[in-house]
Amino acid sequence: MIQEFLAGSLIYWLIAILFLLGIYGILDNNNFMKKLMAMNIMQVAVILFFLVLGQKSGGTLPIMIGHDNNVDLYINPLPHALMLTAIVVSLSTTGVALALLMRIQDHYGEIEEDDILRRMNK
Amino acid sequence: MREQLPALIVVVPLLAALASPLVAYFSTTLVRWLSIAAILVAHLSSIGSLVHALTQGTWHYHFGGWAPPWGIEYVIDPLGGVMAVLISFVSLVVVVYSGPFLKEYDWLKKGIYYALFTLLTTGLLGMVVTGDVFNFYVFLEVSSLTGYALIAAGGNRATVAAFRYLLIGTIGASFYLLGIGYLYAITGSLNMADLAEKIPLIIDSPVVLLAVVMFVVGLGTKMALFPLHGWQPDAYTYSHPAAAALIAGVMAKVPAYAVLRFFFFIIVGSTGPVQSALEVMGWLAAAGIIVGSIMAIAQKDFRRMLAYSSVAQIGYIVVGLAIGNTFGLIGAMLHFINHAIMKSCLFLVAGGVKFRTGEHAIEKYAELSRKMPLTMGAFLIAALSMVGLPPTAGFFSKWYLVLGALEAGKWPYVVVIIISSLLNAVYFFRIIENAYMKKASPPLADKASSTLELPLQMLVPIVVLGLGILVLGIFNEQLVSQVLQYAIPGGGR
Repeated sequence: MIQEFLAGSLIYWLIAILFLLGIYGILDNNNFMKKLMAMNIMQVAVILFFLVLGQKSGGTLPIMIGHDNNVDLYINPLPHALMLTAIVVSLSTTGVALALLMRIQDHYGEIEEDDILRRMNK
Repeated sequence: MREQLPALIVVVPLLAALASPLVAYFSTTLVRWLSIAAILVAHLSSIGSLVHALTQGTWHYHFGGWAPPWGIEYVIDPLGGVMAVLISFVSLVVVVYSGPFLKEYDWLKKGIYYALFTLLTTGLLGMVVTGDVFNFYVFLEVSSLTGYALIAAGGNRATVAAFRYLLIGTIGASFYLLGIGYLYAITGSLNMADLAEKIPLIIDSPVVLLAVVMFVVGLGTKMALFPLHGWQPDAYTYSHPAAAALIAGVMAKVPAYAVLRFFFFIIVGSTGPVQSALEVMGWLAAAGIIVGSIMAIAQKDFRRMLAYSSVAQIGYIVVGLAIGNTFGLIGAMLHFINHAIMKSCLFLVAGGVKFRTGEHAIEKYAELSRKMPLTMGAFLIAALSMVGLPPTAGFFSKWYLVLGALEAGKWPYVVVIIISSLLNAVYFFRIIENAYMKKASPPLADKASSTLELPLQMLVPIVVLGLGILVLGIFNEQLVSQVLQYAIPGGGR
């Protein structure tokens, strides 16, 4: 029972917690840089979710070596391919966000959200 | 060449975007014409594909020759085709318009602006023509990232607004990605047509329920459905004035299109979670219509007023989807088109007034009708259309929505639509009063040097969209009977 839980659904619970932690971090932090880091944690949770979907115990690479094709042992490569794209998207989002943060820091001299909003609405 | 039309819709603007900074290094005039030409090609290809889809049925284009469900396919059905034509048309108008705003920029800034603009168009077009849910996610991020950059180009406040939008938008996109993760886990497919065959068999599964919830949150955030609209007023208000019309006009429509696509074409079934999801979205949208309209009345900045009015207008589309019968869906489809044209026209007018007088505040619009008669004429048409007076286009989409609500017996929606029309009238007549009746004191600053009220490149797009609203209104019956009725589920062949 407990072993089944550990091997089966525990990882999904952990991923869900990680995802929600990321969202909580975005909501709770006042510093834009910390918000950005929380956003990255959230994206990592999504990536892990897809990778776990493609995983199976005792699985092997989906490559045909000689005539020994154990198709039923192959790990599904599609989630990995999808997440390669998602990692690139996450990287470019972070890049754009960092560029924006530099502009904000240049102009306002700080990256604390409540101060900046107060100065914006003046 | 003709059989490659669906690919050209996306590939031509994509290549033009990549080449833009390099071309700008050699000639800044050339880069402008390159962008216009690329978007024009995309527009003509969209029209060609739509005509093909209407006359010969849905067009499946297999990218790279890989057959679905393994390969990525582009699907041009009447719904996607209509959206592609709409997006490329608005984009074409706005790219022509944006020229004078960039006069002061050096070659690098111009090149990057045009690259971002065409890339944004690519992303939006890609979302409506793709037949693959993960490909949709990639195009969603392409359009979002370029959207953030174009918003941030609007100045120092815009940078903050863009950063906050980036955080919220990424949460929305992550929810969407989780949603397709669940669908993939249970069906093993990412192809829309394939999913549409497999999901009805398992429609009552909790996995589908979770996926639907994820889609509601993710796409709801992206389309600024009340109460997930917090990012939107700042982002629309401060975005780069040249691109604001495209961002405000069509960017939020495409996630709404995705809701229509997912909940009426992919996750279909008489039971299951979709009906309740649409019910919830409908009530949220109804609340959003009222709240957005009231907030719009309270604004002093013209662009901010338009942004809040967008919260209300996206509500109409969702209410149409929630009604869910033929009239409701036709109303929603018609409102996709009408609102994209109206809101783009209004943002073009806002940009034009800013260009001429440097003002955005509503009270500074006094006496503008004498200085900028054509611009204000277009504004008048668009404003009347937002309120919903015949024969402007806005009247007919509301008419279909009310008919649908009556037929479905959903009286509260009728009340909401009528109240919000009155509220619309309040905030638009305030500006009309300013522009046409009030005397300006002190006299307005005037930056114009020529005899024309605006440079021709800006005036023509404004007038074209203004007339477009009238044309859409007058020919709405033909539009519905020739095109739109095939675009909704159950219509066509």
